[in-house]
Amino acid sequence: MPHGEPLLAIRGLNVEFGLPARPVRAVADADLTLAPGEILGIAGESGSGKTTLCAAVMRTLPRTARVSGRVEFAGKELLSLPEREMARLRGRDLAMVLQNPMTSLDPLYTIGNQLEEVLRERRRGGGAGRLGSAVEVLRRVHLTAPELRLRQYPHQLSGGMRQRVLVGMATAAAPRLLIADEPTTALDASIQDEILILFRELRESAGTAVVIVTHDLSAIRRLSDRVVIMYAGRIVEEGPTVEVFRAPRHPYTQALLASLPRIEEEEVVLQPIPGQVPDLARLPPGCAFAARCPAAIPLCREERPRERTVGERHRVFCWRAGEGAA
Amino acid sequence: MSADAAPPMVEAIGLTKTFAIPAATLFGRARPVAAAVDVSFRIPRGRTFGLVGESGSGKSTVAKLLLKLEAPSAGRLLVEGQDIFAQTPAEELAYRRKVQAVFQDPYGALSPRMRADRIVTEPLRAHGMDRREAEARAPELLRLVGLPPDSARKYPHEFSGGQRQRLAIARALSVDPALLVLDEPVSALDVSVRAQVLTLLREMQQRLDLTYLFIGHDLAVVRYLSDTVGVMYFGRLVELGPARRVLRRPAHPYTRRLVALAAGDAPLGAVRLQGELPNPLAPPSGCLFRTRCPYADATCAARLPEMRLAEPDHLVACHHHEAVAAGAKAETGPMLQEA
Repeated sequence: MPHGEPLLAIRGLNVEFGLPARPVRAVADADLTLAPGEILGIAGESGSGKTTLCAAVMRTLPRTARVSGRVEFAGKELLSLPEREMARLRGRDLAMVLQNPMTSLDPLYTIGNQLEEVLRERRRGGGAGRLGSAVEVLRRVHLTAPELRLRQYPHQLSGGMRQRVLVGMATAAAPRLLIADEPTTALDASIQDEILILFRELRESAGTAVVIVTHDLSAIRRLSDRVVIMYAGRIVEEGPTVEVFRAPRHPYTQALLASLPRIEEEEVVLQPIPGQVPDLARLPPGCAFAARCPAAIPLCREERPRERTVGERHRVFCWRAGEGAA
Repeated sequence: MSADAAPPMVEAIGLTKTFAIPAATLFGRARPVAAAVDVSFRIPRGRTFGLVGESGSGKSTVAKLLLKLEAPSAGRLLVEGQDIFAQTPAEELAYRRKVQAVFQDPYGALSPRMRADRIVTEPLRAHGMDRREAEARAPELLRLVGLPPDSARKYPHEFSGGQRQRLAIARALSVDPALLVLDEPVSALDVSVRAQVLTLLREMQQRLDLTYLFIGHDLAVVRYLSDTVGVMYFGRLVELGPARRVLRRPAHPYTRRLVALAAGDAPLGAVRLQGELPNPLAPPSGCLFRTRCPYADATCAARLPEMRLAEPDHLVACHHHEAVAAGAKAETGPMLQEA
């Protein structure tokens, strides 16, 4: 991947909820860059902050959230951008696909109605050479019988078809960045891969960078160039996908990969991570994973680990990572 | 009766469920849609039968029949030799204790206004035990599923997703059931938690001699728990056999694709199962999978394949499974034209 000007640069991003006296930090000190056309996977369990991080970039967080830090997208600082300009970016340069294809479409309007509305909106934004007709949009996402689909209502389409429609809508104007939050979670395995393939095609045909947020590690491994692992609101490891999956350096990443079912001598082996995800309102002073970590030393409970570079663009936040003991 | 002659815990014989789709016009005719057709399987006591297939394949319909939430249109469903749709009210009441369920969504399954001790003991009260006596059983049930004793006083929102699923399991176990219907019980959970809950389910089965109907779409998870696996496609069982064999050496082209997809180690796009389930109002002629099957030919369009033995205990419904397994059948591509 190119090392030139990043498309997206997140610096020191913090998102807090709750009373200022006892804040819950959903995202803490996040630093992240994304190159144009790059595919980045963000993995982590529920409550790890991955969805909040994306919502902060899209500026779709609830009003009660307190956000600080910088989010630079194509040279603009998004957090301080007037809402009108932000609205102009959304959908055209910055697009999002959500988890639930069942509720993201209006059941009272045909697919054609809804798609036309999106296209009208994008055309008004101007400078969208790729838009084309509604049928073309559906064809790009390989929906069968697109002319028929335009006349149908959402309930007449399967979950996979609906997700294709939503990906088509989100990417009609060839955005520079697509954020997909658990885009395949509600779908069957056979359909999941087809949706992931769409993202890759989008990068190839329109140079779109993709951030895919998911707990499906297999999807990240096969789709993304780089991967970020989050735990309790913090990035704990980031690196090239191949490297992180081959040789994870953070004990949490290691435990997460080990918890996937695998087959050893005819038996399916499962290795749960013991304990619970910590309460974000009562985080320990040191590393949030220390209580569940097999490699923890007293230092881990006292002081938050600093960033360590362990390879080319591969960094990890763990006191033990440098020792090869973890 | 000797142990061998005892009837299996569950036996489904030609189980069929059709729904009527209301007429599109005022004087039109209601059209039947088959959700499950001619489904037959057995589950011995203390064993797990795994059902896999895509959404819309009929897995949950089978679960609903076993829970008596639906009645079959044809066929029989026997539990310990007794037809559950020919029960006296007293037998039905006893049956409703014997079979319990755990569903996918641990958020929607628990009342937000009830404390954990009441949630896990509600089935006991529903079956006539008084509240005080029932709630006295709560600590034991919570301990059984690995929840700390102080959780008895908590409300569902104070628990994580995995803990909530433990509560749902404790509640199912409260009435001492023999049979659990597990419909995607770990699909909504994080991977690390998923492993915890699956380990718990396996442990409970061994300790309490439970029989499971386990519905899932994650093949590794299904294989972890199941002794026997049935693969459903479009309402029909297309393959049935020992879990290891079916999921390691699948015989049906559909199962072969599912297994290859689930292996997850092939590069993205190397294994594809294109297309969607056919329209239930206009099902294809012959084999239902032919519209997506890479090996489909004229025979497949002409005749519905019967279940045949591929190996001992291993049934498959495919005209060409021997040739496909031997690599002797050319990939001609699916027969997209329906009917």
